[in-house]
Amino acid sequence: MAGSIGPDETGRSGSGDQGGDPRGDDLDKRRRALEAAIAAKRPVPANDGKDPSTGGLNGIGYALRLSSEFIAGVVVGAGIGWFIDRFAGTSPWGLIVFLLLGFVAGILNVLRSAGLVAEHRIRKRDAGGPTKE
Amino acid sequence: MSNDPIHQFHISKLIPIEIGGLDFSFTNSSLFMVATAVGAGAFLYLTTSSRGLIPSRMQSVSEMSYEFVANMLRDAAGTQGMKFFPLVFSLFMFVLVANLFGMFPYFFTVTSHLIVTFALALLVIGTVVLYGFWKHGFGFLKLFVPHGVPGLLVPLVVLIEVISFLSRPISLSVRLFANMLAGHITLKVFAGFVTSLSAFGAVGVAGAVLPLAMTVALTGLEFLVAFLQAYVFAVLTCMYLNDAIHPGH
Repeated sequence: MAGSIGPDETGRSGSGDQGGDPRGDDLDKRRRALEAAIAAKRPVPANDGKDPSTGGLNGIGYALRLSSEFIAGVVVGAGIGWFIDRFAGTSPWGLIVFLLLGFVAGILNVLRSAGLVAEHRIRKRDAGGPTKE
Repeated sequence: MSNDPIHQFHISKLIPIEIGGLDFSFTNSSLFMVATAVGAGAFLYLTTSSRGLIPSRMQSVSEMSYEFVANMLRDAAGTQGMKFFPLVFSLFMFVLVANLFGMFPYFFTVTSHLIVTFALALLVIGTVVLYGFWKHGFGFLKLFVPHGVPGLLVPLVVLIEVISFLSRPISLSVRLFANMLAGHITLKVFAGFVTSLSAFGAVGVAGAVLPLAMTVALTGLEFLVAFLQAYVFAVLTCMYLNDAIHPGH
């Protein structure tokens, strides 16, 4: 995403500022670098990549997703803990520890599907591509 | 009892088959799975067989479903993801048609059984894992190690990421199953109120208008849910495939 914005901005503002003082140009360059860095850090809302006609559907889709994402995390964590306890005889510590880890994983799932946590760096570049077209 | 809201999910053997002590019977669930696959396939085949340059109404429905899934996949996984289009499109059509078939009175809803949706989810996750390892080797495991995590926290974060990954097939299958199950039970319960209230004479019949209206509204909602769940299933499949194509760097 940052890659596709960069060249455009350079072309536009670079030509406009060439007549001005060199310090302003430097400031401009730094501001662009900062913008690119912020854009790279910020997760792309998943809605962005979609075609606008499916926007409403996306909203309801998210609503349906969030609770099950959370529950699945907790269930899987508890399941792993129970499994470990059963075979390693560490009852009840496996269940306790993995239930908490599952809780954390559930929260992570929810934040991720709500688009509040950057998922994988590569995805943003990819998701940004079609939007720009 | 015909008023039992769970009865509609009962599995009955149509053709009992037993091979080596295992039950391979052809059940009503199998029948509707076959009907779903045949229905979806026949619809797509027949509507696109004329190949009109100016599509007929039904042909444009087929083309819209193609475009819809193709755009969804391209947005989520990029053009590289298009090699998975047959998988995603088949899953989407199967779930959608199975959900819509479930809306016919007296029809069996295939997706209201956890084992069916879980098998579909395992197919998706199995594809993700196999393709990820085949394409990236052990680099696929980078998926579990996010960027910029302090060395001390890596084991904990990896553990959480692994649990998060393992929860995907669960949430994928439970969401579809639970929505279909709950929706159909609710419909049946409200419809049951209509008959039980009508037994109380004139006042009951007047009161039965309320659950009847609710049933009508819920039927509309169920059609929406049938489509939405197929959509969500396909979208998440695309997102998971994206992880297999580009694990985190």
